[in-house]
Amino acid sequence: MWEIVIISSIKVLLVVVAILTGCAYATYMERKVLGHMQHRIGPLYAGPYGLLQPVADGLKLIFKEDIVPDNVERTTYALAPLLAFVPSLLTFAVVPFAADVDMFGYRITGVISDLNIGILWVFAVTSLGVYGLVLAGWSSGSKYSMLGAIRSSAQMISYEVAYGLSIIGVILIANTFSLREIVEQQASITDWFVFRQPLGFLLFITCAIAETNRAPFDLPEAESELVAGYHTEYSSMRFSTFFISEYANMIAVSSVATTLFFGGWQGPLLPPILWFCIKVFLFMFLYIWLRATFPRFRYDQLMAFGWKVLFPLALLNTIVTAGLVMLTDWL
Amino acid sequence: MSLDTLIFVISVIVAVFSATMMIVQRNPIASVLYLIVSLVAQAVLYVQLGALFLGSILIIVYAGAILVLFLFIIMLLNLRGNEDLGEKSPLVSQATKFIVSILFVLELVFVVRSGYVAESIATGVADTGSTGFGSVEDVALLLFTRYLYPFELTSILLLAAIVGAVVMARRENRDIQQSMFVEQTPSETFKKGQG
Amino acid sequence: MEGTANSMSEYLSVLIFIFVGIGSVLFTFFLSRLIRPHNPYKEKSIPYECAELPIGDSWFKFNNRFYIFALMFVIFDVEVVFLFPWAVAFGELGLFALVEMIIFILILFFGLFYAWRKGALKWV
Repeated sequence: MWEIVIISSIKVLLVVVAILTGCAYATYMERKVLGHMQHRIGPLYAGPYGLLQPVADGLKLIFKEDIVPDNVERTTYALAPLLAFVPSLLTFAVVPFAADVDMFGYRITGVISDLNIGILWVFAVTSLGVYGLVLAGWSSGSKYSMLGAIRSSAQMISYEVAYGLSIIGVILIANTFSLREIVEQQASITDWFVFRQPLGFLLFITCAIAETNRAPFDLPEAESELVAGYHTEYSSMRFSTFFISEYANMIAVSSVATTLFFGGWQGPLLPPILWFCIKVFLFMFLYIWLRATFPRFRYDQLMAFGWKVLFPLALLNTIVTAGLVMLTDWL
Repeated sequence: MSLDTLIFVISVIVAVFSATMMIVQRNPIASVLYLIVSLVAQAVLYVQLGALFLGSILIIVYAGAILVLFLFIIMLLNLRGNEDLGEKSPLVSQATKFIVSILFVLELVFVVRSGYVAESIATGVADTGSTGFGSVEDVALLLFTRYLYPFELTSILLLAAIVGAVVMARRENRDIQQSMFVEQTPSETFKKGQG
Repeated sequence: MEGTANSMSEYLSVLIFIFVGIGSVLFTFFLSRLIRPHNPYKEKSIPYECAELPIGDSWFKFNNRFYIFALMFVIFDVEVVFLFPWAVAFGELGLFALVEMIIFILILFFGLFYAWRKGALKWV
């Protein structure tokens, strides 16, 4: 009993530290990659190649004054950053990041918790993510925050339906909710679900980008119109919690995409955990690449795209996949 | 006390406490938050019973969708818990509420004491774990064979809900548009701009 | 067996994860509280509105369109939730379930189509 508690505590601590470091360096990566894509250099002076920039940023944010405007709804205002951060973290509870290993006489699984409702867990946690943003915007008592919050929540719920639907195809083929079993079914590269569910993958990644409020779907925090939207009135650590949760969400979505469509930790030669990190890194790069490439959607286009294009396509994908699964069973 | 019992007791206390707080709160947003906490605690109870699918649905549909709708309505009506609730309701109505709720509590006590609940638990409704009761596949097999008609009827129900929503939306829109044509004041343009 | 309860240890790990996650945030809040300055004054604590004094209340009534989208979301979320168990048990259920689900989806798709045609999905 206690052994289990100790082992999973160590695992949890390692994963949380890895995620937080990952988030910090994702900001560095974003600035560096965006910089080079725009013929700039990006952060350069803090440490070699500016590698200590995230550390400097973090320290700076800790030392900043926490400004709370007079007319905020205090309890909700204080609670909102937590409500935004915890769901973004919780996705990682079911994502398998490595193969099982035997160590010190114990079998250590490469996942924090192998729930056999893994996909439902991911979907449930995603659906709770909207509260942090809505409540942050509502409690701030600022018009920008309010508009940003209401925009982002409407956007998130609109894309959530198609997000859920795009996973159905994978479940149909895999016949399980357990993310670990899904990874095990993708042992060789030809088994990757991205090849069996190409449309499903495209829908998934599009909806995922919209869910995480990233470019080209980053209307909620459109800097030029809404001054960062729902977290306009936040400062210091509370602001950085929102910032981290955005990046944690990106990493979470990348991990889920890797697990569902790109074989998770499976790969030749290199150790599994490295494969997992490489694939997640590539997804993060894709995020930044998209940001550097596409202009922002207009809000009406965004909603129309979600409801009139992605949602019917996802339904169609589901039906076609079910039909194909049926056919292959017969043949 | 085993870990199972501990988790059960904690979730029950949290569920009941936050449900009570939800009713007592003046601020509707706080009510919604308490309701979410209560739902999460109830989901833990479902998972403990082995009803994984019900637990997940409680989070996905209730906490993740319906309460978002509640939140939207509260924000739409701009309720912040400082509204004047108007006159207190007449004494007769208050008394009726009081008596009915007392009766309801008595009924609840009677049902629990009569042993019907305990009996049904003992006879295996909640016999969990080993049989796969409440597992997702189990639910699916029942839903798509034995309870097929209720399932298909659900879609009609949802269709009716869509139609209702659309009709409401059209009516509201017509009102807004009419008022826009009648007087184009700056405040109206501002309202339009928010859309 | 698929879909049955995991052993308690799996849920225990989730519980530990939740606590560590919340704890890590609270810890940084606490750390920051120890060392950050605290110097509020009137101008600093008015809400941001491009350096102007805020006009009107920030809690305004917004467009009812958002509410319609929330309602549509609830309806189709329920549909997706029905699809999850169907998908996972599809191997056992077979052709009959496929037909059932096509009918279910078509009825709801009709709803979507209706909302579409009536302009409820249009953002003015």
